[in-house]
Amino acid sequence: MAPSKPRVALFVTCLVDLFRPTVGFAAVKLLEDAGCQVDVPEAQTCCGQPAYNSGDKSSTKAIARGVIDAFEGYDYVVAPSGSCAGMIHEHYARLFEDEPAMFQRAQHLGNRTHELISFLVDVLGVTSVETAYAGKATYHDSCSGLRELGVKQQPRTLLKSVEGLSLTELPGAEVCCGFGGTFCIKYPDISNRMVGDKTADIVATGADTLLAGDMGCLMNMAGKLSREGHTVRVRHVAEVLAGLTDEAAPICGPR
Amino acid sequence: MHPTSHAFKANAREALDDNNLQRALDNMKTGFPAKRAAAIARMPEFEALRDQGMAIKNHTLENLDFYLETFERNVTNAGGHVHWARTAEEARQIILGICRTVDAKTVTKGKSMISEEIALNDFLEEQGLVPVETDLGEYIIQLRHEAPSHIIAPAIHLLKEQVEEAFRASHTDLPEGRPLSEPRELTDEARSVLRRRFLEADVGITGANFLIAETGSTVIVTNEGNGDLTQTLPKIHIVLASLEKVVPTLEDATSILRLLARSATGQEFSTYTTFSTGPRRPGDPDGPGEFHVVLLDNGRTAMLGTEFQDMLRCIRCSACLNHCPVYQSVGGHAYGWVYPGPMGSVLTPGLIGVAEAGNLPNASTFCGKCESVCPMRIPLPKMMRHWREREFEQALSPAPFRTGLKLWAFVARRPKLYRLGANLAARLLGMLGGSAGRFKSLPLAGGWTGGRDLPAPEGKSFMQQWQARQRKAA
Repeated sequence: MAPSKPRVALFVTCLVDLFRPTVGFAAVKLLEDAGCQVDVPEAQTCCGQPAYNSGDKSSTKAIARGVIDAFEGYDYVVAPSGSCAGMIHEHYARLFEDEPAMFQRAQHLGNRTHELISFLVDVLGVTSVETAYAGKATYHDSCSGLRELGVKQQPRTLLKSVEGLSLTELPGAEVCCGFGGTFCIKYPDISNRMVGDKTADIVATGADTLLAGDMGCLMNMAGKLSREGHTVRVRHVAEVLAGLTDEAAPICGPR
Repeated sequence: MHPTSHAFKANAREALDDNNLQRALDNMKTGFPAKRAAAIARMPEFEALRDQGMAIKNHTLENLDFYLETFERNVTNAGGHVHWARTAEEARQIILGICRTVDAKTVTKGKSMISEEIALNDFLEEQGLVPVETDLGEYIIQLRHEAPSHIIAPAIHLLKEQVEEAFRASHTDLPEGRPLSEPRELTDEARSVLRRRFLEADVGITGANFLIAETGSTVIVTNEGNGDLTQTLPKIHIVLASLEKVVPTLEDATSILRLLARSATGQEFSTYTTFSTGPRRPGDPDGPGEFHVVLLDNGRTAMLGTEFQDMLRCIRCSACLNHCPVYQSVGGHAYGWVYPGPMGSVLTPGLIGVAEAGNLPNASTFCGKCESVCPMRIPLPKMMRHWREREFEQALSPAPFRTGLKLWAFVARRPKLYRLGANLAARLLGMLGGSAGRFKSLPLAGGWTGGRDLPAPEGKSFMQQWQARQRKAA
């Protein structure tokens, strides 16, 4: 059972902090609307995935220690990203298998860490939002959220309650978009091919809006759609659910 | 086979530009995954069976010495011979030695990845023997002097027009005007050539999908029946298999068989599942006079007890290749050695070294699809990450990348410094992005902007705005 007014720490994520603050404010609004008291610990930076996925275990552990310190003492930690939440939830404890005290703290943090939309639906029991968005949307399932955290139905459940929004399923919604963190830097040719396959699927749906729950994938898909000259509006799902679409132009869109 | 895994990037570039290959991959992308999904939808106990298969393999790997020795004893009891090969070279010499005992000229071969691993065909040719691949796909790539690009569909990178070309170039006695444009015509042509070869062969070499300890049997699964003709007709049958193919009992083999074809081709069962136990016995109407099993290690026992042990559960079904978006984009040859796709990205560095094959475990988005379809639940992304750790420890990754990473990590461990940098970057890039809201190109981001635009930041970082808001509220 969730506490009556749970204290939630927002893990902003480095990409939201730098590129898309609106997503952070959308997360705060959704959490507050659902009855949470939201804090944003100042000492946060990044979850450490760039180092972790590059094999730099000692840097990863140092960064993880910082995160574990910064997020101690909250009922929950919530991130508007399946990838970063997955990192903390699934991988932090593994980093400290040979340090029992840290292992326990990492596991404790991991157990309390959730991806935003699945937290709203699965933990807080939110079934609808009161907002409107005029558009025909399609949804991409980001890999970490989907396979590490089981984020699949939750965003669809909430999107159904958005007035004026119709949702068309994206064929191959579960196929990776080719972002992959450092992958898109190390293997840009392959990444570019993968995202090209993805945008072809998106365009074929006839949707005017593309939504997803992770900034990395969104930036990748938005960048490709923009380069190809498509006018599909790309947004983080939280922006639509929180009704904050007037606050910022779509990702990669003119402002 | 000389590895080119170090050149993965260049190989991949070439593959992306190869129109024939891209057409062939398009066909494969949709075919295999849909067939697997349908087969699994018809089998409610599939997930439980995966757990069972994994448990069988884990138990066997924990007791590998016991089961291998049991297997050897039971092969010997059935009248066969077991040969232990620590390296590829030892395996090649053992096989050559057996072939020499009957003065073999023609050697027919069933499909075997281990044979590719030890580059057996090249070696036998050097020694004056004539190896003939009898699996259709393997036969095609042998004619083209190529390596397989896929484990169960070695010629999947080719279009049928390219197969016709290969046949016309090699089958010089083909009558004028003989049509070879349809798959059926191509198959008939291969069959007529291979029939003669089956009858000529002195030795038949097959791989094995399983080695059964309790009976000393070897098992192959095929769809063409070529394996049976390879192992039944010649004087000698040599089974070439790696150590980890052993399972304790017949029952265990049949449990895993229920997973294998469904995961591979989406069939309930392969067309032929053939069990071989020893040579022809008195009264048998056919079968080889001698039965040999060559057990290859070639680096596998060195993986036992390490973070890579789970890889030895692999049953070579290819589900991970078939579902991998990277494999689907570049095909198997880009990986530069015998084993492609996610399983190759974990196994190859184990067998030929991470210095040569370090690219492979890096060339993954960690999307996790491979692990989700692996019948043996092998944690492939986790093990790819372990290879990246080994690579990083040995300072094998590119220097500029390592320096950049270290610099970033230095800042990420210092929240105040990080804040300063993030606020500055958000402001600067936000300004530069201007009203377009995106970059068509940006220094140091050429990899990204070569194929797509880069979204510009909104302007002020989230933390900056949040702190301003908090101060205002206070």
